[in-house]
Amino acid sequence: MTIPERERPQDYVLRRVTERRVRLIRLWFTDVAGQLKSFAISPAELEAAFTQGMVFDGSSIEGFSRIAEADMVAVPDPETFELMPARNGSSDEISARMFCDITGADGTRFDGDPRGVLRRVMDRARDAGYTFYVAPEMEYFLFEPDRVDGRPVPLDAGSYFDLTTADIASDIRHRTLSALETMGIPVEYSFHEDAPSQHEIDLRYADALTMADSVMTFRLLVREIAFEHGVHATFMPKPLAGVQGSGMHTHMSLFADGRNAFSDPSSADGLSDVARGFVAGLLSHAREITAVTNQLVNSYKRLIAGYEAPVAISWARSNRAALIRVPPTRNEGEEATRVEYRAPDPACNPYLAFAVILAAGLKGIEEGYELPPETPPSITGYSDHGGPAYGHHLPASLDEALDEMEGSALVAETLGQHLFRWFLRNKRREWSSYQTQVTQFELDNYFAAV
Amino acid sequence: MYAVHPAAVSTELAQFLDLGGYAWKPVATTADITAGAPPEGWAGAIIRLGGHDAHSESQNSEGAGGTDVAWAVARALREHAAATLPVLVLVRGNALDELTMRDELFDDFCLDPFHPRELEARLAHLAAASNGGSTEIITYGPLRINLDTYEAVVDERPLDLTYMEYELLRFLASQPGRVFTREALLNQVWGYEYYGGARTVDVHVRRLRAKLGEENADLIQTVRSVGYRLGTYRWR
Repeated sequence: MTIPERERPQDYVLRRVTERRVRLIRLWFTDVAGQLKSFAISPAELEAAFTQGMVFDGSSIEGFSRIAEADMVAVPDPETFELMPARNGSSDEISARMFCDITGADGTRFDGDPRGVLRRVMDRARDAGYTFYVAPEMEYFLFEPDRVDGRPVPLDAGSYFDLTTADIASDIRHRTLSALETMGIPVEYSFHEDAPSQHEIDLRYADALTMADSVMTFRLLVREIAFEHGVHATFMPKPLAGVQGSGMHTHMSLFADGRNAFSDPSSADGLSDVARGFVAGLLSHAREITAVTNQLVNSYKRLIAGYEAPVAISWARSNRAALIRVPPTRNEGEEATRVEYRAPDPACNPYLAFAVILAAGLKGIEEGYELPPETPPSITGYSDHGGPAYGHHLPASLDEALDEMEGSALVAETLGQHLFRWFLRNKRREWSSYQTQVTQFELDNYFAAV
Repeated sequence: MYAVHPAAVSTELAQFLDLGGYAWKPVATTADITAGAPPEGWAGAIIRLGGHDAHSESQNSEGAGGTDVAWAVARALREHAAATLPVLVLVRGNALDELTMRDELFDDFCLDPFHPRELEARLAHLAAASNGGSTEIITYGPLRINLDTYEAVVDERPLDLTYMEYELLRFLASQPGRVFTREALLNQVWGYEYYGGARTVDVHVRRLRAKLGEENADLIQTVRSVGYRLGTYRWR
């Protein structure tokens, strides 16, 4: 009957590991490029991991290396402790995972840790009285495990395969949803998208740090479960020419004192000044943050006209081509008032993407940016040539996006100098490497003609 | 100090308490729970259902045996001191139905007329259990939580919860039927500034329900425009 004093979260994890006979604890963190890094420890090492952290060689991790020091420390966050779902039909030993915060060897916060970057912006928002909630729509493709002539083969392309592939796809979907639920990642909707083999799973809102952790978990689970079924899942933004790509449309809102700060029932359109400032901030810094929300050469193959991807920097309530959409809330009430940023793709580093989006929005609120008029429903945002019909547009290439980012004080400040410099250097290299390639398009169009 | 209801304590109960060395105080109404509480708080409570003399029957307008007031007092005790103080109910053999669906309101009961040795043993056991002397287990319907090992089980299936999910479930389950606002849960379960604000509670409730599984998801109920509670009163 008595409620014992709240035990430390570490103690909870240690006891659960013993009780559930967990054999392996995977410690997760994310490199700057957004790749999940994992190393496993035994239960015997767990207590030391909590008290001292686990030392690892940072120079082997993308974006972590610094000249002077290579030793880094991963400190597990006990509140992220979750058991991993058992593999289908296997009697694997039980394993669990925890996300880590990264520090230098001296225990100081390492400014190259993407989770730390998001924490810093979330702290700033909290100081201003806000909590940042996000709900991403995750899109991805399922393909045959092997490419043919270097090209990916969609699962449900071959018609005589239809029955089998439909079964596989629905089994994968079922397993993915149940794995997500057991790992505490609730799902809002799940449906098949337009392109062949494309799928969409919408995650239910959470604070941005929790959600970034969930996105990392989500990508791993989707790929692992697909692999178990002998198919390949990819979050590549545009794996197939001629069909729409995979986006990560992100719904978001700010809450203050338990109320939705984006909602103002007394205003004509239900939007508060906070919402207007946030949208204005996001619009005016959209070009600067695009290299982070869309970080691959391939990302810009998705951001073109005609495939439901945003191009023009615009906002609207009832124009689906807009970069920022304010969805109607109908009867869902004030709580549901939100804005949807449609640029990000699922290959981004979610920690950094949420961090720069929040920073841009906060800037608009703090400095009282004026919200430009919304795009009327009749304007598609595209001219006859497929380019934006008016105003500014998102960067057309990674190269252009990096130029914008390099000139951005907002992004430099948000990411911190270490990460900012590394990101630009690394991505410039990616772009030059792409520049050295001769593409199929060029061969097809020029080889015979000139 | 034990709270004893009704205030018209029978001779044999008063004698039992005094001989056993129990400090006690009669409690007539729900208001006396708070107003009459000793500085160190109640140690427990003994509530006698229909505990009145034949000549006081006419004063009871609430119905047979006046159990409505008795249960109201029991509920007030729960709300006054969370679930921390043990409540023992004295009940006549022909009135055992009174206990049905009121599990959250008492910790143990004893048949009335009581045997002094039995009542003594039950009170001693309740006191020991409430002092954390033995393994503490919260049960509610299909749910069982072992407070020592942090083991949470639903329908005999272990629940793998995160630390905060566990804390939230434990808190709600320790006071079943009671409605908590999101702000109260945030203060008492999280107890510190957290990124989520009050909406964090919604997020965690949703995650808990997902882990409880479809068949048990409604163990945690949303009380519209108020907050959440675990389980329900009988007259839902």
